[in-house]
Amino acid sequence: MNSVASPPAPHPPPAAPPPGAGDGRPIIGLQAIHKIYALGEEAQVHALRGVDLAITAGSYLAIMGPSGSGKSTLLNLLGCLDRPTAGRYFLGGEDVSQMSDDQLSEVRGRRIGFIFQSYNLIPQLSVLENIQVPLLYQGLDLRAYEDRCVELARLVGLGDRLHHRPNQLSGGQQQRVAIARSLVNDPLMILADEPTGNLDSKTGAEVLDLIDRLNHQGKTIVLVTHDDRVASRAHRVIHMRDGLIDREVLNRPAPGRAASAHA
Amino acid sequence: MLSFQLLSTVRLGIKSLLLHKLRSGLTMLGIIFGVCSVIAMLAIGEGASYEAQEAIKKLGSNNILVRSLKPPEASRQQGGGGGPGPRGLSLKYGLTYADAARLQQTIPGVKYVVPMRIIRENVRFGRNEVPCQVIGTLPVYTEVTQVDVLRGRFLTDLDELYKNNVCVITAGLARRLFPTEDPMQHSVKIDAFYYRVVGIIQETGKAEQRTQTGPMEGQPLDNNVYIPLSTSRTRFGEVLIRRLAGSIEAEEVQLHQVTVQMEDTAAVQTADPQIRTLLKHFHDQNDYELIVPLELLRQAEATKRRFNIVLGSIAAISLLVGGIGIMNIMLANVTERTREIGVRRALGAKRRDITLQFLVETVVLSVGGGLVGVAVGMLTPVVVSVATDMKTIVTLWSVLVAFGISGAVGIIFGLYPARAAALLDPIEALRHE
Repeated sequence: MNSVASPPAPHPPPAAPPPGAGDGRPIIGLQAIHKIYALGEEAQVHALRGVDLAITAGSYLAIMGPSGSGKSTLLNLLGCLDRPTAGRYFLGGEDVSQMSDDQLSEVRGRRIGFIFQSYNLIPQLSVLENIQVPLLYQGLDLRAYEDRCVELARLVGLGDRLHHRPNQLSGGQQQRVAIARSLVNDPLMILADEPTGNLDSKTGAEVLDLIDRLNHQGKTIVLVTHDDRVASRAHRVIHMRDGLIDREVLNRPAPGRAASAHA
Repeated sequence: MLSFQLLSTVRLGIKSLLLHKLRSGLTMLGIIFGVCSVIAMLAIGEGASYEAQEAIKKLGSNNILVRSLKPPEASRQQGGGGGPGPRGLSLKYGLTYADAARLQQTIPGVKYVVPMRIIRENVRFGRNEVPCQVIGTLPVYTEVTQVDVLRGRFLTDLDELYKNNVCVITAGLARRLFPTEDPMQHSVKIDAFYYRVVGIIQETGKAEQRTQTGPMEGQPLDNNVYIPLSTSRTRFGEVLIRRLAGSIEAEEVQLHQVTVQMEDTAAVQTADPQIRTLLKHFHDQNDYELIVPLELLRQAEATKRRFNIVLGSIAAISLLVGGIGIMNIMLANVTERTREIGVRRALGAKRRDITLQFLVETVVLSVGGGLVGVAVGMLTPVVVSVATDMKTIVTLWSVLVAFGISGAVGIIFGLYPARAAALLDPIEALRHE
């Protein structure tokens, strides 16, 4: 449970964030993002109305907002699960806003780690195999990365449960498997959608501690939550309202800025 | 790399299927029955037609058989009165010596003409008595029927010329008539006369055995005694008297069968109508029949083709039903695993990865069913053979076809569910409960 930087990455990590040191460069940039859903002939829902957002490497961002505020839409766009109707989205220097479905799959597989509210482990696979899933779709030989996956399982404290099935694990354990899975492709950013929503406060705190630790080791975290206490762990909290960023709260400086402030 | 991925996809497919063992098993049953029935039905059909064709082939494909037939009008006259048959009046019908000579002389391409008199008599040796067919024929008989001479010799021209009281018996009859003695050193008694046994043969052809009906029914088929045709004429006469259940039946038949062997199969086709015309000219009643083995063989092959088409259709329908069952289950499967599909898409799976995953699952299901079906299908004919004495032949092509179709069914019926899975919107899929 000590170090996250040691396991070998499945592919050369993108040049932007060297592990363990946020340098303050934005790795994610949203420019005037609009998202309009057509609900039939005339009716349209303007879910995002021109969102601008920059996220620096190594930062910890929480997104809050009431339902219908565009929070989920923003999350889907950030996760490359959807394309904006207008605007541009740069992820690690690449414009992903107009990519094809296959290209987006590729980007998700290489650059983004997902943590879901309901864990979303695949029931017929063991812990180890669940951690391997993102590698599978990059055409990698899983045997070469087995050590890395075992290491990640150990990191989240499940080194002794490698061959258990998800239904043999508690909720907290399942979520920790999901966290290990989100790390396996050494992503640019980890997207967590209400990661503690299904957990009691004690296990939730443990999971959040784990996420904190990942951030300390240089991982960029974007977290969506309803819970103020969860959001308080982030460096920066943005509140969404009616498809726009309503206000932004800085809890504490991001590591990059902190470093520059000290210098 | 690609093969590794495919392999792990197959492993994953098997794992997913094992998650619902009963459901997967029941789904496979459709394919198992389909494949099994294809192989088993074709094996039984193949066996039946093989036996029929072998029987026909033994008649000789170059031969044309002309047989005497009791005309239907005549048998009505005899049986219709209710009383005994007309005494002193014999019923005259059938082929004549003149017919045989005419066939030999007029039909082009004739190689041999073998006339035969077939008389049912009991053959005796000592106290053993066996009902037999006593066949009077010429030495060329061996040219038109496959005969293995086991011991001694067949009839010769000299036997024919001198009307010798000699006979050749079949191996089966020899066993029954002479359980302990050597038949070659004895004579058998037929009717009132003794005939010296000069040879023992093994009949492989079945030309004469087909005529064994009536009192001979139920008897072993190889009780034949061959004597010279001239001997048969002098010893038995032209009028044959049969006692049947109190009535006496007298009939005058010169020859019971004439086997015409042609030079080749082409000559058979031209000779067939010629022989019909010739015989029609000299017979005013319909007292003969023509059997053309070549024609029978053709018909048997045509029948087999039709049979195979029917079997193929039945098999196709059963596999279709199996395929629909698979598709149904896979569609349910996709709906049930929408969440998993969403997760996989989020974690980097492209549409074709999802398509491949579900397609592989369907193919594993159908090919697995195909394998079991092949095993059961190859076992079934064996069981049928043992239980019913029917000959069955499992052909390689039927196994390959059945197995191939099961794989094709998996792909065809798996494509739609797999495509449906791949086209799911990942966001919707992730939200699916």
